[in-house]
Amino acid sequence: MNMSFISYLINGLSLGSVYAIIALGYTMVYGIAKMLNFAHGDVIMIGAYMALLAMSQAGLSPVIAVLIAIVVCTVLGVVIERIAYKPLRNAASSLSVLITAIGVSYLLQNIALLAFGSNAKTFPSVIKWSGITLAGGQLSISGVTIVTIGVCIVIMIALVAFVQKSKPGQAMRAVSEDKGAAQLMGINVNGTIALTFAIGSALAAIAGVLYCSAYPSVTPYTGAMPGIKAFVAAVFGGIGSIPGAFIGGLLLGIIEIFGRAYITSQMADALVFAVLIVVLLVKPTGLLGKKIQEKV
Amino acid sequence: MLKKMNKTTKSNLITYGMVVIAFIIMQTLIATGSVSSLLEGIMVPICIYVIMAVSLNLVVGILGELSLGHAGFMCVGAFSSAFFSKCMKDVIENGALRFLLAMLIGIAVAAVFGIIIGVPVLRLKGDYLAIVTLAFGEIIKNLVNVLFIGKDSNGFHFSTEDVMGLNMEPDGTVIVNGPQGITGTPQDSTFFIGFIMILITLFIVLNLINSRDGRAIMAIRDNRIAAESVGINITKYKLMAFTVSAALAGGAGVLYAHNLSTLTANTNNFGYNQSIMILVFVVLGGIGNIRGSIIAAVILTLLPELLRGLQDYRMLIYAIVLIAMMLFNWAPKAIEWREKHLSFLRKKKEAVK
Repeated sequence: MNMSFISYLINGLSLGSVYAIIALGYTMVYGIAKMLNFAHGDVIMIGAYMALLAMSQAGLSPVIAVLIAIVVCTVLGVVIERIAYKPLRNAASSLSVLITAIGVSYLLQNIALLAFGSNAKTFPSVIKWSGITLAGGQLSISGVTIVTIGVCIVIMIALVAFVQKSKPGQAMRAVSEDKGAAQLMGINVNGTIALTFAIGSALAAIAGVLYCSAYPSVTPYTGAMPGIKAFVAAVFGGIGSIPGAFIGGLLLGIIEIFGRAYITSQMADALVFAVLIVVLLVKPTGLLGKKIQEKV
Repeated sequence: MLKKMNKTTKSNLITYGMVVIAFIIMQTLIATGSVSSLLEGIMVPICIYVIMAVSLNLVVGILGELSLGHAGFMCVGAFSSAFFSKCMKDVIENGALRFLLAMLIGIAVAAVFGIIIGVPVLRLKGDYLAIVTLAFGEIIKNLVNVLFIGKDSNGFHFSTEDVMGLNMEPDGTVIVNGPQGITGTPQDSTFFIGFIMILITLFIVLNLINSRDGRAIMAIRDNRIAAESVGINITKYKLMAFTVSAALAGGAGVLYAHNLSTLTANTNNFGYNQSIMILVFVVLGGIGNIRGSIIAAVILTLLPELLRGLQDYRMLIYAIVLIAMMLFNWAPKAIEWREKHLSFLRKKKEAVK
């Protein structure tokens, strides 16, 4: 097999891993709160800026910088949920919370614009490892790529274990199944939803650091495109399904890199969206989505 | 006479009247020179956004499906009409006739795209439908960016590579230049044409809503299965609403294309950001409320301009205002509080009635 093919495949898996991590945040929030969190992409951007600040301004080590980014984003996610989304949870129209999420997205972008300026800032890679070279120098894989894929697999396993086995995870599933019944069983619904947002935002911080390590610059709009792609990935795999988000993210990354390499770089985004449309037309609730029977 | 009319006719007349009065006031202000050139410059964009908001409300409010690709239809209308206008610039001397034809072409092409996209999209439901409309919008934007069209003595040449790929004779001219778009479109859009377009849009949408077809569309929104069981052709009416909405968005695109001398497709004008901004108008104005859409579109287009004095902070304030308005309008707690403390406002209103 051709070496460049394997190289593209690995790059695709790496990009797909970032999409998958972001998509997990989307899909968990959707599963539990039935809302599309449009501000999720901007949490990624805030996470990247926080890690950047910690490294370049405070001179902290990358590990501590990533931890700071995770903590800040987790708090941010919970605060956003508490102030902007929770009051609208029982609103008459589900669109109202969607628009509020868009408002939050504008807000985060403009705060970043005022605080950090509109110029792109260089993002120092958090991974110092230069990677490995295989097949006598024909195939080199960067450290960022390997770490990204590894982190994604670890997160995926941890998340599935958490949701399936732990008490809070079971509470999450219960709330996403039926909020009212969950409350009657003594589950703290508000707490569970806040926990979901916290986990989703922490994942967004990790994704932000990994994304900006691979594409080393950050602007206030950095989060928008990976955010929307991850949203596509979540729908692709069946929104609300955790394995679906994982598979959707990986497939999307691979399709994007292959499209860029073998077809045309300008059409890579269109290709991603076209594949999504075809998949949804064949399977209208995504690859692993549940089919809901409608009743009158 | 007013008493004889039924409630919807009266309400529709108020909507038309509001638009006419707003136009007359603005026109007088512009004529007397008491409006800054900046404000005068955004009159056509306001008309465009009003048309976009009203047409999107037809899909979101009346049909009850969330569409995030509305700007894509605007893009189709804009590019097809600008292409026509640029080709015909020297052929049809009469500017008004050329613009009318461009308008019809833009609307027709957008309607065709509405049907092509509507057939597969409308099979889906809810958020899946929303994401697919978003995907179509992005694909349209992306395709326009790699499209090159040139014209020489042999006719038209197409390419998706670059200008060289057109293989034209030396006398050829490039009409659509990929990411650089179309330059030199005649600037035919005026505030008056925008105003007429708003009235036409309102006429079409309000009449559709109050017709038998409109009631069928709303029946589908309220309960699809029940509507189907009384013999309403779901696909036909869904497609009707979607196509009309797309065609009107195409009309807005024609206005947009002929308001600027350079037409390019980028994330801010035809991307999902634009679609979402239009959706903000619709939701803030009230889902299904046409008059609300108009008011919201006008206020939210003016707001960033009026806040210009605050410079860097204006978009920050816009975002905060948006969140605060949504919370105040929709949160169940806020509605309760409003009814408790602001009930005197309502009483006054009833007394006037």
